[in-house]
Amino acid sequence: MSIEVKNISKTFGSFTALKNISLKIENGELISLLGPSGSGKTTLLRVIAGMELPDPSPDSQVLFFGEDVANRPVGDRKVGFVFQHYALFKHMSVYENIAFGLRVRPRALRPNEATIREKVHSLLALIQLEGFGSRFPKQLSGGQRQRVALARALAIEPQVLLLDEPFGALDAKVRKGLRDWLRGLHDELNTTTILVTHDQEEALEVSDRVVVMNQARIEQVGAPAEVFHHPESEFVIDFLGNVNVFQGRINQGQAVLENMRVKLSDPTIPDGEQAKVYVRPNDITIDKNSIGDSSIEASVTRINRAGVQAKLSLASKNNEEIRVDVSMERLLELGLQLGDTVYVHPTKARVFVPDYTI
Amino acid sequence: MSETTNRLRSGQQDPMWVRYLAITISLAFTSLMLVLPLCVVFWEALRKGVWVYFAAFQDRNAIQAIYMTCLAAGIAVPLNLVFGIAASWAIAKFSFRGKGFLIALIDLPFAISPVISGLVYILVFGMQGWLGKWLEGYGIQIIFAVPGIVLATIFVTFPFVARELIPLMEEQGSEEEWAAISLGASGWQTFWRVTLPNIKWGVLYGVLLCNARAMGEFGAVSVVSSNIRGGTNTLPLHIDALHADYNSVAAFSMASILALLGVVTLIGKTLLERKLVNESSQSLESTATGDAI
Repeated sequence: MSIEVKNISKTFGSFTALKNISLKIENGELISLLGPSGSGKTTLLRVIAGMELPDPSPDSQVLFFGEDVANRPVGDRKVGFVFQHYALFKHMSVYENIAFGLRVRPRALRPNEATIREKVHSLLALIQLEGFGSRFPKQLSGGQRQRVALARALAIEPQVLLLDEPFGALDAKVRKGLRDWLRGLHDELNTTTILVTHDQEEALEVSDRVVVMNQARIEQVGAPAEVFHHPESEFVIDFLGNVNVFQGRINQGQAVLENMRVKLSDPTIPDGEQAKVYVRPNDITIDKNSIGDSSIEASVTRINRAGVQAKLSLASKNNEEIRVDVSMERLLELGLQLGDTVYVHPTKARVFVPDYTI
Repeated sequence: MSETTNRLRSGQQDPMWVRYLAITISLAFTSLMLVLPLCVVFWEALRKGVWVYFAAFQDRNAIQAIYMTCLAAGIAVPLNLVFGIAASWAIAKFSFRGKGFLIALIDLPFAISPVISGLVYILVFGMQGWLGKWLEGYGIQIIFAVPGIVLATIFVTFPFVARELIPLMEEQGSEEEWAAISLGASGWQTFWRVTLPNIKWGVLYGVLLCNARAMGEFGAVSVVSSNIRGGTNTLPLHIDALHADYNSVAAFSMASILALLGVVTLIGKTLLERKLVNESSQSLESTATGDAI
């Protein structure tokens, strides 16, 4: 189902949760709303679900399949909502939790007991919890609870799945497993899914598109690779993974910091402007000898070998921290020790000039 | 090593004699002030034998007093139950203007003397009061009659259910309700199937305390009842009247009912408290990890 929100704002007292948000979500898409706490992502999800009403405004709209749903209460929107803390009915068995959405239907639409049983059992199979029907939520692990919550939401055959930080309360390993499982489920059921998360890795890994939100606004919308490799704002590059920030100055179409130069894609920026140069730890080469005029001298302060790549912390002459990821082979080749002097050179950098965002 | 642990232990704890003194004082005080009087009630009631004890219940006035007490509690408790659930629902699940004021108002009966509440009702509904004459025109008597007693009882037992449920419901939040509504449940279905089962032990606890107070209330009821024997006397008032007549066996027999009610309430309360800890610890468990927006 395609969903569109237009010019949505939401304030809670003096706090602005959403500021004039417009977004179109395509049918069958898995889209992530990604942002830090307080960025408005959960509020946007709740507005779509109908749990929050947007601030009244003549041009604000929430459309499901092109139809305005402003007057449709939550229960009529056919959305499957999954909460961060599961919100399972704790006094009901797993079976009854999943059957709930069917049992509360008006009598004329309520399926009979046999149909309900069949439905619940097929959902239990889907979430790989066959034989758990008679258990109570407190007898399940966090990951199992969240799967039950998902099955409960799916029982009403929703047109759209809304997941509010569904894996936020789970530990890293379970989270990763569930994430992959969710992606498989989304493809299998062919639904439209909106996932709220503050975990950039999660968003980049499972989504078709990522909506990066910050301070009640949308910063960027795009495919994971697009937002990761072509961030449109300082916030996005900073939020999506580790990044080194260097302060520099514009000179003849280049950003200059110490004796390093980074070419600008927009040569019209006047000289003398302050520039911020963002470089990911992966996009830095490291050598023991100076590589001409585009490298920075630094000393090694920390070497972390735990991981596929080694993570180095360096200190520049101004005592700024520079983080560099290098392959294990390269690390061995260089034979680096703590305190060694090295020269680093960015292979790829993004330059942001205040008011001249490139 | 054992030396260090010993030293640590003695460092954390007070000297032996302080502990024993504290325990002795509290036990002695509880026995003297609470347990002893309770025993005396039953001792005095049964002093002249079981037959005399039961004879006290056959008195017409006694039966009327028990009836009046049950009637007052029977009306006041359900009303306060409905009110308490409604108020705590409103306070815990919605935010609205005047919420703090409402919470303060609910506590009012705890803060002021019951006698004053009785007097206020007389002022409003009494023959010389604001509404007394007007009500009399319709043949309605409130003061010195059953309605007055019920009103006074409602007033003093007003906060019990609400006070118990507000923190419980606030702690449980409204996510389960939202889940039910998103699954298509109506407000009514959500209340019966989700909210009420989650607070049932809290409700029972509140009702138990509310009932104990409703049956035991003396001050407010005394002002509005005018002590008509065999008429508007409730059990506590009847006991007071018997005692004034130096009929101590009958007085203590009646008192033993209230004392028994107290003991039953206490046991019920202890059992329910255990259930309540479960109820809230479960909800804590599910909300303990983070609260990112």
